[in-house]
Amino acid sequence: MAKAECTPKWNTLALRNRKTCPTPEKSFQTTFTPVSKDKNSQTAGHLAGGDTQSSNGPSGQFLARESIESPSKVLLMLVAGLSFSTRLYMITEPPHVCWDETHFGKMGSYYINRTFFFDVHPPLGKMLIGLAGYMSGYDGTFPFIKPGDKYENQNYWGMRGFCATLGSFLPIFAYLIVLELSNSCTAAIIAATLLIFDTGCITISQYILLDPILMFFIMAAVLSMVKFNQQRYRSFSASWWLWLVLTGINLAGALGVKFVGLFVIILVGLNTIWDLWRLLGDMSLSLVDIAKHFLARAFALILLPVILYVTIFAVHFVVLNKSGPGDGFFSSAFQSRLIGNNLHNASMPEYLAFGSTVTIKNLRIAGGYLHSHWHLYPEGVGARQQQVTAYLHKDYNNLWVVHRQQDNNSQSGNPDLVRHGDIVRLEHKETTRNLHSHLHEAPLTKKHFQVTGYGINGTGDANDLWQVEVCGGRKGDPVKVLRSKVRFLHRATGCVLYSSGKTLPKWGWEQIEVTCSPYLKETPSSQWNIEDHINPKLPNISLSVLKPNFLEILLESHIVMFRGNSGLKPKDNEMNSKPWHWPINYQGLRFSGVNATEYRVYLLGNPVVWWINLASLGLYLTMVAVASIATQRGFSLGQQRIEHSLVLVRGGGLLMLGWLLHYAPFFTMGRILYFHHYFPAMLFSSMLTGLTLDILFRSADLLLHPPYSYWFQRAGQLLLLFSILYSFYLFHPLSYGMTGPLAHEPGSAMADLKWMDSWEF
Amino acid sequence: MLEMLQLPLVVTAQVDLLLVLVSLLAFWTRLSHLNYPNAVVFDEVYYGQFVSLYMKRVFFIDDSGPPLGHMILASGAYLGGFDGNFVWNRIGAEYPSTVNVWSLRLLPALCGALCVPLVYLLTLELKFSHLSALGAAVLLLLENSLIVQSRFMLLESVLIFFVLLAFFSYLRFHNSTPHRTLQGTCWLILSGVSCGAAVGVKYMGLFSYLLLLVVASLHTWKLIGDKTISHVISCHLYVHRVLCLVVVPVLLYVFWFYVHLSFLNRSGPHDQLMSSAFQASLQGGLSRITRGQPLEVAYGSQVTLRSSVSQPIPCWLHSHKVNYPIRYDNGRGSSHQQQVTCYPFKDVNNWWIIKDPGRQQLVVDTPPRPVRHGDVIQLVHGMTSRFLNSHDVAAPMSPHTQEVSGYIDFNVSMPAQNLWRVDISNREAESEVWKTILSEVRLIHVNTSAVLKLSGVSLPDWGFRQLEVVADKLFKAHSSSLEWTVEEHRYGTSQEQKEREAELHSPTHIDVDRKISFWAKFVELQWKMLTVKQEESEHKYSSSPLEWITMETNIAYWLHSSTNAQIHLIGNPVSWGVANLSLLAYQLLAVVYLLRRRRGLKDVPDGVWDQFVCLGCVCVGGWLVNFVPFLLMDKTLFLYHYLPALCYLYLLSPALLEHAHTHLLRYAHQPLRALCVGALAVLLSIFLTYRTFCPLTYGSPELSAHQLQGLKWRDTWDILYRRR
Repeated sequence: MAKAECTPKWNTLALRNRKTCPTPEKSFQTTFTPVSKDKNSQTAGHLAGGDTQSSNGPSGQFLARESIESPSKVLLMLVAGLSFSTRLYMITEPPHVCWDETHFGKMGSYYINRTFFFDVHPPLGKMLIGLAGYMSGYDGTFPFIKPGDKYENQNYWGMRGFCATLGSFLPIFAYLIVLELSNSCTAAIIAATLLIFDTGCITISQYILLDPILMFFIMAAVLSMVKFNQQRYRSFSASWWLWLVLTGINLAGALGVKFVGLFVIILVGLNTIWDLWRLLGDMSLSLVDIAKHFLARAFALILLPVILYVTIFAVHFVVLNKSGPGDGFFSSAFQSRLIGNNLHNASMPEYLAFGSTVTIKNLRIAGGYLHSHWHLYPEGVGARQQQVTAYLHKDYNNLWVVHRQQDNNSQSGNPDLVRHGDIVRLEHKETTRNLHSHLHEAPLTKKHFQVTGYGINGTGDANDLWQVEVCGGRKGDPVKVLRSKVRFLHRATGCVLYSSGKTLPKWGWEQIEVTCSPYLKETPSSQWNIEDHINPKLPNISLSVLKPNFLEILLESHIVMFRGNSGLKPKDNEMNSKPWHWPINYQGLRFSGVNATEYRVYLLGNPVVWWINLASLGLYLTMVAVASIATQRGFSLGQQRIEHSLVLVRGGGLLMLGWLLHYAPFFTMGRILYFHHYFPAMLFSSMLTGLTLDILFRSADLLLHPPYSYWFQRAGQLLLLFSILYSFYLFHPLSYGMTGPLAHEPGSAMADLKWMDSWEF
Repeated sequence: MLEMLQLPLVVTAQVDLLLVLVSLLAFWTRLSHLNYPNAVVFDEVYYGQFVSLYMKRVFFIDDSGPPLGHMILASGAYLGGFDGNFVWNRIGAEYPSTVNVWSLRLLPALCGALCVPLVYLLTLELKFSHLSALGAAVLLLLENSLIVQSRFMLLESVLIFFVLLAFFSYLRFHNSTPHRTLQGTCWLILSGVSCGAAVGVKYMGLFSYLLLLVVASLHTWKLIGDKTISHVISCHLYVHRVLCLVVVPVLLYVFWFYVHLSFLNRSGPHDQLMSSAFQASLQGGLSRITRGQPLEVAYGSQVTLRSSVSQPIPCWLHSHKVNYPIRYDNGRGSSHQQQVTCYPFKDVNNWWIIKDPGRQQLVVDTPPRPVRHGDVIQLVHGMTSRFLNSHDVAAPMSPHTQEVSGYIDFNVSMPAQNLWRVDISNREAESEVWKTILSEVRLIHVNTSAVLKLSGVSLPDWGFRQLEVVADKLFKAHSSSLEWTVEEHRYGTSQEQKEREAELHSPTHIDVDRKISFWAKFVELQWKMLTVKQEESEHKYSSSPLEWITMETNIAYWLHSSTNAQIHLIGNPVSWGVANLSLLAYQLLAVVYLLRRRRGLKDVPDGVWDQFVCLGCVCVGGWLVNFVPFLLMDKTLFLYHYLPALCYLYLLSPALLEHAHTHLLRYAHQPLRALCVGALAVLLSIFLTYRTFCPLTYGSPELSAHQLQGLKWRDTWDILYRRR
């Protein structure tokens, strides 16, 4: 029976242009009961439901396709229309800088101005923002100093509109993905509705942020992956290649915007492994075929994204060729590429000499310059002497003068060179204190010694003496500017000048700690190079040896980004968002406005949508558990039920995995987290909800008899739709702006809507 | 029945001589000369202090692990008659003759020795031969690092013992078909108990426990699919396993805490971290101070108010006769009224008097009128008689919040705003009446509806570096920095300021006994243990997980005070290499098998394949769960953290060799012989390496500097030479 019924039984999947009849899988071999046939025909053709099980038998196949495609196209148009209208509505409001627009708008401007900057995210998102701004006539002059600054006459709508457009694609993609996974228009429409009317998704799409761009690429990647999966019986056809390559391109896009894109790469990777595993088990394929499959995927999903990703960086470095605020984060060699940087085509004395004024940069990537300023260490932190720190930005307080042990006056004639083994005294140019260390513990790294500025006008004590050591050098070697790695050994205690990389608290202006380490291992943290070198008595020599190659730049910029990312530690006493807050919509983010008189926008998910999502997660797990135990115990299930459980396990499993991958890793992250990090996971969760609820409604016939079960199904769908629409009506001011008193004060329009104490609108 | 009583009575005993032999050897390597060196070795200095506290029954918090490990060490000390009077302050300090070193180290050493026969038995349960079992036991027996770790008062060997025991007894249960015999149940319960014990010794045990649960649920899943068993029996089996493997360990885990808490009933150095209610349950400390305090806070009560958060440090609401500076460093102005701060020490300036705004007097009526939730009060500072006040002036360090001050009328049209509403946030759990210690109270400023809050920022010099107190608008609703508890409390009796000051200086009195339930204590202690932030410290011998695989590092445990005799944690490099090799080989083999099976080529029969998979689940899985989590950890890590993972690899190596011998090289005689010879050669070299490193393992005999140099097989090892 199973064999004979093969084609008709698979009609739903045959819709996906299947060439061959696949090897029947175990669970499919149960008999096809006529009862479910009846049920299906009753539901067929009704409303938006568009039941795909409606057609039975090969003759119905073509008809069914017609009847599904036409309403789904109408629905798709509807979804697109609603999506665009909700996202683009009041796009220019509020006409001031909101929240992180201050960063990403600014970085967009940097691209227009070609100024080099540093950010913890890869460049694609900001490049696109810059491009959108450029195309819409924004000239890159707005400074984006702080949230709340008025845009006045600037053309900011282009950048916002671009982000909103990408954001509008999310419900459409969700619709298509769920349609592919479940073959049910109802499920797809539920998922799309959840996203269209979620205030959080609307808000996060409407501003100049990276998130809409990121989510666009994530969803596009998932969509192309799902489409590609459906092409499995048309291997190496044009559409097969198209979706495969599109998947690869979107993966590169997602990773190019934020490193969160890595999670979707893992998702696609797992899916591909699973797919290859399936192919490997298909005995009708020869090993050569399998190798072809493997190579095609390796090319499109590994090689292509890598090339694209590297290209993005190449464009980034080519476009940004002027010196800017990001210089100090990078090594001296890197800076020499940037026009306007003092190391660009630098000319300076080649060897370090006594009497020179220098800046000293730590060799650890993003290590900073040796720095001091007119502030003392606070009481209780070692000796109350002047602070010495490492500072990432260029500053006149980074200048130090190299002196001999004793004399302070510069001699006449050619100054002597500083050589390996020489004893020097480093005087801070601005404050005339000497670099000093002593046997007090350092502020953060308790096992190291404190480094301070001590003495005045060059007179200090024996603790101000440091021995210069050129790494890999011998006694008498001169110190080459920029190229020599130098260590400074403290004479009195024998420790070595060290930058721990830890950020000092407020009293140290959040600069980086500098210590004297008793552990003498050679690490980049204890190695320094001389970057600027000013000595009027020595001839300047042009230094062009330093140009790093592209791979070095790429590697360095990544290390700097990762450092930056892990450096974003939550500060003490700041209320920060915890991952468990997110799915329950515990607390939002204030995008704009604090006071009653201001125009306020608050990023908060539509609570009804989010709580439905949360409940559906539990529901999904229960349903899967019930379904799989039933299968494992060998209960005989009807055809329809088996298809449902397959959709649950396969389609739902994919979405569940996506949700987990985009959510669980945040629990292990030490960096500071924000509410908006949950949005990619929320997309997956909404799609899962669509799929789960649809199957739940359809399984009503487990409990109720046919006409009632059908009514129940419709009633459930309507109730769901109504509650989403009504809650959107209630909460829409969160996205489109509110004025007037705050919600916890009397007389506010939002007064009754503060359902949780932690919401702050 | 009668048949069983027939004579003669015969006892047939089967004794596995190999097992007995390796056990004896294990006891000999682990237990001989246990009291040498007679000095504090490495982390004994850390665990020792807790053992001492146990002996004195003083409460402590240790965030490094649950209490069972400490309790085991303490029971060893108890058996040896240790009285807790030893100062654990320095590695290498000599033990006085009153300390029975042998008993301190006995239990970990016993556990370490028992690991060897356990590995032997476990290999048998994995269905490999006695020869493999012997191999695994020998690998473990001759592993220098395991010997070192077992011979001192440290917890790794205990953890390894319980983990191995859990797996052994589970597999015993699984292999004993049919499943529902009494014996099988006993093994399953033993497995659950060992899981509970493993998690109770160190949190790392949790990962092994989870692995065991995964293995067990896979087995159960197969059982569910077994259609020959009826639904009822299937359900029964399922519940049976859940009870033994989930409920028992959880209950046990709580039980360790129950013992811990009921045993440690005296106050000690870590009291400050706990809530007032918790502290009050300990003898001495707070309970001595607060003994006999009146329970209900009334108008006229003299109280100290402790902030409910212990971040950054526990502190009390405080004021003193110094005003806020007129202008701060950054140019902002202040009200120049009296400072109100939070002060981390007991002080007479921490006393406040609760006053009814409608009345003048500051004494308690008879009968006292208790303050209830929602009442409006004023707070008068005991020593300076200033009213606690807040107004629309930016706070010194957190300008987005309101300043809180002791009100001084400067006649500058800044009226007093000193009314506060009492909001008892745990009134559902406790009562509407404000109670000492038990009630968590928010003080809401009536005029501005801001809440009294500890901002956690220290003030600069002008504020004596005390902590800033502010009033914050009620945005962050569930922050415990808004909550305050009354700690010390008495009913004020003196009307005059002078009398009152004298009264405040005198200690409090009277007695009521307050109980806090075990569950509340358990939850609080567990939460504190998980959240207490230990200062991240760099250690000379700390290492990163990736260095462990190749044993790039060692740890110096002890150096004789005058000679070159020393003890190091160094593994046996040869066995270490064998372990890594077998890990790689298993993975390669598994991949090849899997791919070929998927193509329908079955290299080994299904039974052998199942055995191979089971081996991988337990050994490679065990290695993964005991190694990978460290890669994600921010803690200071040491080589000894790798030892549990390593044990799994030692279990894997001989079994894999046997697999290769019996299935891969079945028909190839030449390689088969080479394999046997190779295995023997490896065993021999393992033994020789063990002998070579013995001086560093047992700390004797003393080696010359030259010999030590010879033992430095890796440049990155740090071996100490004493200059003569």
